[in-house]
Amino acid sequence: MLVRIEVNGEWREADMWPGSSLLFMLREELALPGSKNACEQGECGSCSVWLEGELVCSCLVLAAQAHEREVRTVESLSEPDGERRHPVQDASIDAGAVQCGFCTPGFVVAVTDLLARDPDPDEATVREALSGNLCRCTGYVKILDAVRMAAERMRTGA
Amino acid sequence: MDVLLPGSLAEALEMKAARPEALPISGGTDVMVELNFDRHRPEAIVDLTRVPELREHGPHDGRYFLGAGVTYARIMREMSSALALRQASRTVGSPQIRNRGTVGGNLGTASPAGDALTVLVAHDAEVVCVAAGGRDRALPWDAFLRGVKRTALAPDELILGTRWTPVRDPGSFSKVGTRNAMVISVARLCLQLDEETRGIRAFAEAVSAAASPIDDVRGSAAYRRHAVRVLAARALRWALAERRVPSGGPGGTS
Repeated sequence: MLVRIEVNGEWREADMWPGSSLLFMLREELALPGSKNACEQGECGSCSVWLEGELVCSCLVLAAQAHEREVRTVESLSEPDGERRHPVQDASIDAGAVQCGFCTPGFVVAVTDLLARDPDPDEATVREALSGNLCRCTGYVKILDAVRMAAERMRTGA
Repeated sequence: MDVLLPGSLAEALEMKAARPEALPISGGTDVMVELNFDRHRPEAIVDLTRVPELREHGPHDGRYFLGAGVTYARIMREMSSALALRQASRTVGSPQIRNRGTVGGNLGTASPAGDALTVLVAHDAEVVCVAAGGRDRALPWDAFLRGVKRTALAPDELILGTRWTPVRDPGSFSKVGTRNAMVISVARLCLQLDEETRGIRAFAEAVSAAASPIDDVRGSAAYRRHAVRVLAARALRWALAERRVPSGGPGGTS
């Protein structure tokens, strides 16, 4: 089945088995491996992307459901050479929120989504917003530090 | 496997009539897990996310209609008067899941773990099923849900949505799970007071039925049973009038 999506501002297409997920399309067909494949059941959030501007688990979207729709992945947040990064990515590095790094792209997308809607979220709001993203290394403390740091930098333009 | 992408309800129903084996998918939060883990290989899938009729909700003829394709995130944002349903929606999965998952999915999957189902039951909701040609039927929830993962939906039908009579009285939804998010519930409860039509009358009937009145010169047993019914209704009204749950209810609204 031929599926065409606008991913990170560019129209791309792939001919796939019709039961393929959007995550499979991104990673295996479109060479966008930033979204990670971990649980394949919507539990871990590692594959978080935006579909028509809404935060979703791309493993739970049938690629065909995204046909002719707009998708934005973690790759949209920085330049390919890593020279220019999103403030959430910088804060994740600076706060030590990255250990093995597998969950990081999903967290970066979920945090970016949260801060776009709520530039100054309280702790409970942050925890609820990130409840769909699992990290098995950090214990979350430094991830929460990174959210605070990113929020402050984005508010003050630092 | 074929994936069908109808753009309207009429088109979706025609496809379902022609391919009754086609499995409907909307948020995908149940169906995609089955596909990803190779537990189920349907011959065809019909995607309902492009069907605008399923995304509608609002009051209609004294009842509230909730389209099968309305997501939990939209319920939380848009259905300010349905507190218990909003609370239940907030406990579903995670933000990512709530942006996709729908009440129609809870109904179609018919898992006892469906959080929204508890609220629909408490509101004595009906499920509206529709087939090609606009033929539709409304089933009480307990006629639609036939058992664990079993429904009365015919192969050529789709779930249009669900509807119930809104009540003004307080209600709430609560749930116990192994943690707060991304969890299949261990137990759930929806309490909905409905003084006018159900609460007081049902309470009074129960009190009256529990009485063991005697016949004597001051009153017959039938009269005493009736009197107890009236007293019970009156007493509950007094108690409710004096002890109101704060508006917004427990659990907050944020």
